[in-house]
Amino acid sequence: MSGPASFALPTHSPARASRIEVRGPLAFARSHLFPTRTTGIATLILGAMVAVALWHILRWSIIDAVWYSPDGSAACRTAMGACWAVIAEKYRVILFGTYPYDQQWRGVAIVAVWLGWGVVSATNWLAVGTRLAGWTIVYVGSIVLLAGGVLGLEPIGTDLWGGLPLTFVIFGGTVAGGLPLAVLLAIGRRSQLPVVRLLCVATIEGVRGIPLLALLFFAALILPLFLPPELSVDKLIRAEIGMIVFFAAYAAEVVRGGLQAIPEGQDEAAQALGLGYWLRMRKIVLPQALAIVVPALFNDIIRAFKNTTFFSILGLFDVLGATKAALQDPEWVRYGTEGYLFVFLLYFLICSAMSRYGASIEQDNQSRLRRAV
Amino acid sequence: MKRSSVIPGAAPMVPLWRQPRVRALVWQVALVVALLAIAVWLVTNARQALDERGMTSGLGFLFNAAPFALGEAFFSFRPGSEYIDAIAVGLGNTVMLSLLSIVTATVMGALLGFARLSRNVLVAGLAGAYIQAFRNTPQLVQIVFWYSFFTLMPGPRQSWSILDLAFASNRGLMVPAPEDGGVFLAVVAMLVVGALLAFGISRLADRHRRRTGRRWKLQKVAEITAFLLPAVVTWLVAGAPSAWSVPELKGFNFVGGATLAPEFLAIYFGLSFYIAAFIAEIVRGGLVSVDAGQIEAANAIGLSRSDLYRKVMVPQALRVIIPPLAAQYVSLVKNSSLGVAVGYPDLFSISNTVLTYSGRTIEVLCIMALIYLALSLTIGAAANVLNRLVQIPER
Repeated sequence: MSGPASFALPTHSPARASRIEVRGPLAFARSHLFPTRTTGIATLILGAMVAVALWHILRWSIIDAVWYSPDGSAACRTAMGACWAVIAEKYRVILFGTYPYDQQWRGVAIVAVWLGWGVVSATNWLAVGTRLAGWTIVYVGSIVLLAGGVLGLEPIGTDLWGGLPLTFVIFGGTVAGGLPLAVLLAIGRRSQLPVVRLLCVATIEGVRGIPLLALLFFAALILPLFLPPELSVDKLIRAEIGMIVFFAAYAAEVVRGGLQAIPEGQDEAAQALGLGYWLRMRKIVLPQALAIVVPALFNDIIRAFKNTTFFSILGLFDVLGATKAALQDPEWVRYGTEGYLFVFLLYFLICSAMSRYGASIEQDNQSRLRRAV
Repeated sequence: MKRSSVIPGAAPMVPLWRQPRVRALVWQVALVVALLAIAVWLVTNARQALDERGMTSGLGFLFNAAPFALGEAFFSFRPGSEYIDAIAVGLGNTVMLSLLSIVTATVMGALLGFARLSRNVLVAGLAGAYIQAFRNTPQLVQIVFWYSFFTLMPGPRQSWSILDLAFASNRGLMVPAPEDGGVFLAVVAMLVVGALLAFGISRLADRHRRRTGRRWKLQKVAEITAFLLPAVVTWLVAGAPSAWSVPELKGFNFVGGATLAPEFLAIYFGLSFYIAAFIAEIVRGGLVSVDAGQIEAANAIGLSRSDLYRKVMVPQALRVIIPPLAAQYVSLVKNSSLGVAVGYPDLFSISNTVLTYSGRTIEVLCIMALIYLALSLTIGAAANVLNRLVQIPER
């Protein structure tokens, strides 16, 4: 028995309709929300739950909310919804802490300049060097303005600094002080000298292994014991040292990743040209390594911003510490949830903006790499 | 200019201070001497400061009686016990809290990571919103928010009831609990043992199938039996206790059930929900990193969707997921120290109390830091072992 001569169909197969891509909101909903019956039902149930939750949130936060309560918290006590009047009452304390009331225009100026320069820096209008120089001026200017004592400004001690200006100054100091230290630790970890390598590894791993809070307590409680009495350092600066070291230990590992990504040939070529160690690092290796790691560093920078809240545990009045203090008021103590939601939103906006910017740099980097290939 | 006459074959005379080896040695010796000098200077200062304040040093204080009481958590502490007991209680509370939070954060994070990749835009959108909200805000703000949320809830009489079984009020969350807590824990532990047994059986069955091409007919039955049997036997041996204690409002407070204090809830939610958002991003990144060709190949040979995930995607994603996941676990354990902000008696806040009462700032802080360091290094080492297990052996 032999098989058929051909397995092909003896007739033409009917022409199939071309796949027409249906567009529009209905088609999108169909393919992304109701592709099959079971997922469709699941979507409906989930959608209903979300709608109910959103309705409750809307009613609590907007419809039944009290926005303004002129005589104490009386209007809030009978309300069913949120008491946003606590923000209207306490926003000066939340945003500027215990800074003297009539001098708080300085805080406003600092916050405005930081936000303004932040927006300018996020664009490509100015060269990177100009932007960084601008940040240096903004930072030094902020400290001078907060401290006063020059240009006829009333001097104000660091114990009275607070709120968003303090948060910004802590954050700026952490990044400005931490990045150079991180670079030094990273190149030290790859050094040829065993003693230097060992020291850097021990510092990085030791600091990364303990909580930031422990490091801040070390700086706040133990540092003064180890320094001679005539060299007493301000509490704010001591805590800042802890922040800088912690940030540097994490950032050092990121920078090390960048250093490892640079081909050996770059350094060898520079050696062949007779460049010394520091010159090679400064002109050849670091510029390339840092360019690679900027997006990854942004994660650490955002974390440094979030970590400024740890200062509230040391009894300093950053935004969170100031909010805690503001909500101690027995008149408003019952509306803590609203107060902290406001702080939550404040941090969310700033951190989201930074994380968006970090993602955009990463995209720029990738498209540049693709062009280069 | 006159050329130096170098004899071929002989090393040119390089001055001593231009030789790399000599320079390296000099620099390192100088560094060590400088560091030693700074250390001696610091210690002398500390010695002097301690003497001036009439403070003594040493670790002997650990065995003195501690005059303070501590809040209730997993382990309790009687006033009058030794300082070292207080630190041990803190360590126990930190470890239990961290374990519980790690499990919660991992489960939530894995679910969110899968949800983020769902084709259903509603599911993906919700997961995305959660991740954005919890990633982009400080953990401490979240912890303080939860604490204020729970302490500002209405009193027990106006508590929020969940099916009349659990009650949320300003005293915390009252949940039903088994009357016999010891047996319950033993049964849960046996379920874990059973899960490990079932996993072992499935590995054996896989190996058998790969060698012979045949499935074990009773594989499913064997796995389910192995999973349930130890727990059921334990439960029966203990006399099959089935009574649950349900919280009930009596007078001004609840009786029965178990109480989850606001302090615990705040730090537990703060740790789990924050880290879950980061784990979700790691899981999503791991799943996306699996080569598209692998998924197409799995579809082409007709693997079911669950097999596609179980046998193809997850094993490959794990290689990418485990190292950053371990870093998140370390971060979770370290940030459990934020319990001090809400008065949860963890290692950090108890150390803080101990140093206040004993006055041994340096010793207590160093002990605490060393314990945290040991915890971090343990997680790191465990992750390294696990990572080696999931690496695909390269030929």
